[in-house]
Amino acid sequence: MTNAQDPNGPVVRIAGVDKTFDRGDGVVTHALEGIDLEVARGEFVSLIGPSGCGKSTLLRIVGDLISPTSGTVLVSGKTAERARMDRDYGMVFQAPVLFDWRTVEDNVKLPLEILGLDSTTRTKRAREMLDLVELGDFLKHHPYQLSGGMQQRVAIARALAFQPSILLMDEPFGALDEMTRERMNSEVLRIWERTATTILFVTHSIPEAVFLSSRVVVMSARPGRITKIVDVDLPRPRTEDSREAPLYFELVTEVREALRSGGAELDDSGTVGGAPSAERTMAEGSVG
Amino acid sequence: MSVGLSPAASSPASKGRVGPRGGRAGRAGRQSLAAYLPAAIVLVAVFLLLEYGLSALQIESFLLPKPSAIAASLAANWSTGRFALVPAAVATLQEALLGLVIGTVAGLLAAFATARWATSRQFLLPIAIAANAIPIVAFAPLLNNWFGLLNPFSKAMMAAVLVFFPVMANVTRGLVQVELGSLELMRSYAASEWTILRKVRIPNALPFFFTAMKIATTLSLIGAIVGDYFGGSLSSLGRRIVESAASLKFDVTWSAILFGAVSGMVLYALVVLAERLVIPWAAALRGDT
Repeated sequence: MTNAQDPNGPVVRIAGVDKTFDRGDGVVTHALEGIDLEVARGEFVSLIGPSGCGKSTLLRIVGDLISPTSGTVLVSGKTAERARMDRDYGMVFQAPVLFDWRTVEDNVKLPLEILGLDSTTRTKRAREMLDLVELGDFLKHHPYQLSGGMQQRVAIARALAFQPSILLMDEPFGALDEMTRERMNSEVLRIWERTATTILFVTHSIPEAVFLSSRVVVMSARPGRITKIVDVDLPRPRTEDSREAPLYFELVTEVREALRSGGAELDDSGTVGGAPSAERTMAEGSVG
Repeated sequence: MSVGLSPAASSPASKGRVGPRGGRAGRAGRQSLAAYLPAAIVLVAVFLLLEYGLSALQIESFLLPKPSAIAASLAANWSTGRFALVPAAVATLQEALLGLVIGTVAGLLAAFATARWATSRQFLLPIAIAANAIPIVAFAPLLNNWFGLLNPFSKAMMAAVLVFFPVMANVTRGLVQVELGSLELMRSYAASEWTILRKVRIPNALPFFFTAMKIATTLSLIGAIVGDYFGGSLSSLGRRIVESAASLKFDVTWSAILFGAVSGMVLYALVVLAERLVIPWAAALRGDT
């Protein structure tokens, strides 16, 4: 949406990012160390690694939900904060974070209201996006009337509604069953191909990372750092058949070995050790 | 007196999923009628027991008058005579409603201040919780003294103080207990604190508010009637209860109590109705019909 200083330059440029968490009781966690990463326009980049490798932290730093301890993040040539204030980001979290008091359509309109768009445009955009995620028949439903997969599709429609220049997705399908997850993967690819958005995607699942991405960034834990970047040159458009191509298996193996050499434990399904981060619960956060 | 912190609204995370299509409404109507049947049977049984069982057990009428005696006294004292009930009930209801409004407005203001400023939460919340442990009706004679025995305000203030705490505590929770994910989402939109208040916190607090109002309506009547007990205008429900009991006219006492009970139920029903109209999604979430 916003013009970069250099249209061919990277959308995201992460340089020397460190993040330490000091809980105040003397325990300092080194969440991220020396992260350098560039994401080009229109790329689909996945971050994968064991629990505690800081992949979600890195995503949140890019989205300016938290600040790095040191290092810089530039998004379209701007600071992450500037980019957030310019509404360059669309975000999708593991929990769909839909508001039960709003209908599906009104949930998708929420960011458009905040942007101050007029109501005709809001309705038009929201319906377009819901058609895109194939929920056009559920406009007047409330979130609690939908399945988990449908809720996550609403969240994606909402994130896309204001045409962000970059989509940040934090384990969006982590809470879904395997079948639904694979369907959602195809859906995200279809949307990505149609909207030409840049996507930064955090996941625990090797098959998911390989199937979706142009590049898979493999991270290791304690301290979190990038151990390998795997280029995924599977031909596009990718379909369910892509999951059976020999190259696909080679790439899955390559990511798996990169994770293992980084010290991660893997289970049979290709999920990196440790359950997906527990769903965020209610927080008595301060309003001020 | 417990404040009852929002039992229904406190667990939005455990929402039950219902099918993607509606189609519950038709069945729901019949279900709810059937659901009331056992309660109705019990009620009728209790009435019959009181009517015919009391004399069989030789319980004196001044201990527990028969329903028919209470009905007769209701008719006799409806709006005229020494114990005219309707004007008394109207007076007490006015005190209660005035107190309900004052207490609710004050509770809401305190809740917004408490939720908005972390410092005020630090100072106010412990005080509010401590104050809530005080049996507030103990202050009734003092309030009569402060505002004047005959001033309906002294009764209304009793009700207001009772109403204040559940409203403040519940609404504060509703404003503050917002999912962290919602706040991150709003932050990603660069939404202002004011926008977050309007679009997230207030809608989130509405179920908590209605839960508080269900408690508050009952409390406001308790406050007004207890206020009446300690003196004031002769035409009030509390005075009717005290004086009829003092003259051993217990059938009148029961009639006055009945007026109080019905007033409480009507107020409660109005809150439930408003809740259904304002936040229909909340009832659907709870799985109510």
